[in-house]
Amino acid sequence: MERVIPTPSLPVGSIGSSPPGYVGMICLILTEASVFVYLEFSYYYFAVEPHAGGTFPAGGPPSMQLSLPNTIILLLSSVAVWWGERGIRQGSVRQLNWGLGLGIVFGLIFIMVQAKEWANKTFTIASNLYGSNFFTTTGFHLAHVSAGVLMLIALFIWSLRGYFDNMRNTYVSIGALYWHFVDAVWLTLFFTFYLSPRLGVGQS
Amino acid sequence: MTSSEYTRAPDLADTAYDSPLAERLNSLWETSPGLHGFLTTVDHKEIGLRYIITAFAFLILGGIEALIFRVQLAVPNANLLTPTEYNELFSTHGVSMIFLYASPVLSGFSVYLWPLLLGARDMALPRLNAFTYWTFLLSGIFIYVGVFMGYGPNDGWFNYVPYATRTYNPGPNQDFYALGMIFLGISTTGGAVNFIVTMLRMRAPGMSINRMPMLIWGTLTANVANLLVVPAVRLDFFLLWLDRHAGTHFFDAGAGGQPLLWQHLFWIFGHPWVYAIVLPAMSMVSDGLAVFCRRPLVGFTAVALATVGTMVLGFGVWTHHMFSTGLPVMSLSFFSAASIIIVLPSAVSIFAWLATVYTGRPMYVTPFLFFAGFLVLFVIGGVSGFMTGFVPSDWQLTDTYFVVAHIHYVLIGINVFPVIGALYTWFPKFTGRMLDERLGRWNFWLMFIGFNLGFFPMHISGLLGMPRRIYTYSDGLGWDTVNMITTIGSFIFAFGFLFLLINVAVSLRSGRIAGSNPWDAGTLEWSTTSPPPPYNFVVIPTVASRNPLWEDRIPASVGHSSFHGYVLDHGKEAIGTDGIDGQPAVIIKMPHDTGWPLVTALATTVFFAALLLEWWWLVALSVLGIIVSLYGWLAPRPQLGQMAEPV
Repeated sequence: MERVIPTPSLPVGSIGSSPPGYVGMICLILTEASVFVYLEFSYYYFAVEPHAGGTFPAGGPPSMQLSLPNTIILLLSSVAVWWGERGIRQGSVRQLNWGLGLGIVFGLIFIMVQAKEWANKTFTIASNLYGSNFFTTTGFHLAHVSAGVLMLIALFIWSLRGYFDNMRNTYVSIGALYWHFVDAVWLTLFFTFYLSPRLGVGQS
Repeated sequence: MTSSEYTRAPDLADTAYDSPLAERLNSLWETSPGLHGFLTTVDHKEIGLRYIITAFAFLILGGIEALIFRVQLAVPNANLLTPTEYNELFSTHGVSMIFLYASPVLSGFSVYLWPLLLGARDMALPRLNAFTYWTFLLSGIFIYVGVFMGYGPNDGWFNYVPYATRTYNPGPNQDFYALGMIFLGISTTGGAVNFIVTMLRMRAPGMSINRMPMLIWGTLTANVANLLVVPAVRLDFFLLWLDRHAGTHFFDAGAGGQPLLWQHLFWIFGHPWVYAIVLPAMSMVSDGLAVFCRRPLVGFTAVALATVGTMVLGFGVWTHHMFSTGLPVMSLSFFSAASIIIVLPSAVSIFAWLATVYTGRPMYVTPFLFFAGFLVLFVIGGVSGFMTGFVPSDWQLTDTYFVVAHIHYVLIGINVFPVIGALYTWFPKFTGRMLDERLGRWNFWLMFIGFNLGFFPMHISGLLGMPRRIYTYSDGLGWDTVNMITTIGSFIFAFGFLFLLINVAVSLRSGRIAGSNPWDAGTLEWSTTSPPPPYNFVVIPTVASRNPLWEDRIPASVGHSSFHGYVLDHGKEAIGTDGIDGQPAVIIKMPHDTGWPLVTALATTVFFAALLLEWWWLVALSVLGIIVSLYGWLAPRPQLGQMAEPV
């Protein structure tokens, strides 16, 4: 007895969250998030194990004068990209262009402020154990932010060329997912490097 | 633009491999001949075979290395090898077997078989598939360029610091290894992503997760683990490289760094990884025993859950590699208990396999012999693992040949034997010809006898106190006879393996023609021709049970699978289904053959070579190359349904 095969009308190609690339990005995020988990594992391992590496963090809890506003800038860029994505889903290419453009600008500002934060440090990656941790982990994050900005720039170019509309916008969602991930990771790094020493995690 | 242009109800047709539809699909899916096709293909069958062949090439290299140092160890006070040569040889042997053979060979089988088992036309991300193969090949070559220049890994495969740091190991050996491992990690991670997405999106309609074959369960479980733990080892090697070249202090005890951090990060990866390189092989046994015992696997659901359960527990056992490093008692107790509990899911699988053999009607063909041989070796390797899971016995046995015996029973017993069994099983599907039975029996018995003769005595030399990784030993310690026997056994084992290569060479020319289903098996890959056409299935089957081809003879079958199904011939197309129930969700536009994955892989190779040479301008240039090639690869294309244009 043959079963009857239903023939529903199905979306064709890249629509919504069903294309393989969207799931692929979620997997990529999981694996990159794991790298940061291991980096933070290493940080806390040094922070709690007694060792001969001097104070940890070196020179006491790091200043939040730049890092706090910078955190807010990065969050704003996430909001901008989210707003742009919301726009294209309703068919507004203009809103997408603005959202991506603002996201890129905020992302670039974050990178520049972070460069200033690095320049202000009195130690280097090679000076002491804390420096090794600080520059490796924030550097790893900065590399991810840079990749994210490049992704946003590519999306911006494609959006200006009119590649996206209210149906064909999965590319935007995939890029936005990655960008939100990069920002969310920063929050955990901000907690680890700037807040946890103030909560007493570390060695003086 | 209205949304109706973005949707379509697929047409239906019957399965016929000589129809005009089949011809049309063939012209859509076929890889162009010649070098261009070779370099640009994204066909999972071509890529899967390349994975298998490349992995076997590394297996042969690793095997030759082992035979050389087994000659060195056959008699006391031998001087065939210097200590330095011995270190590089045994380390390269381990790296080749564990990283360049054991995992990629399983990926190869799964890349080839998954879409066929799932009733799909390709993997979900075909271009990523090509990329992960090229990065596997190129990173393997990268490591072996070091080996042939005399700069092979020289600190064992798990590469403990401080010996791996620049102070004690100033040559480029460690840089080749560290960068090569990060490079290889890209391939492994990319492959893991592809398997997970394929499982979630590419199953034939009706294949809900309870109807997936075991090979899907095994490979999926392993690759979820890979996704989460490969980053640990990538990071570990990156920190080592930074310590060596950027002056960081992660492992530098003098500046407060922690050599133990190396071990933690390595084994957080390393132990789940052990399961990642055996679970897919065990699932090959599950599927294979069902075919050769002429009945569905006993306790399928329990075995699938045991597979997942083993992996979950496997995340919590890494410290049992570090029992002798002076960890707190609490930590020892926890990890010892976790290591012992893992026996339970393994036992579930073992009893399910035994019950399948006992209640089935076994066909005593070569693949069955390999799978049955696996059962014996798995029990021996499992028991020796159980013994080292106890802290007191581990303290006695660690760093002796007992551990060497254990790892070889695990890796050869649970990886190599099932893989060769799988090759005998699916070779007819790969090539359209059967492997020879008579050569197959020589192949099995020589390998089985040689293996046990070679590796069982290692338990004894370990109990007699012989440390692992020594390049020679004095006579009069009672180790002479066992070592001679081990060397003789390893040569018999290698001789048996030679029969496999002869069998493949002979059967490719003159093997018996297989037909589409030579074993009269029950799963979907046997419903298409051997070898399968480029598009795999002329229409997409609809699945109603675990063994669609056996439904007529299993009285309890609830439904009937159908080979009257979706046509999908408006370009390269596949059906995308939802993650759990296997309901049709989307018509996926599949990418055509393209050179971008290879270009990206080559740019990545230049990147790692430039890091090795510390040519920073070339590092910058290769990063630019990677960005440009990724842009070329990923730019939206109208024929893939990625741009705002009518389909």
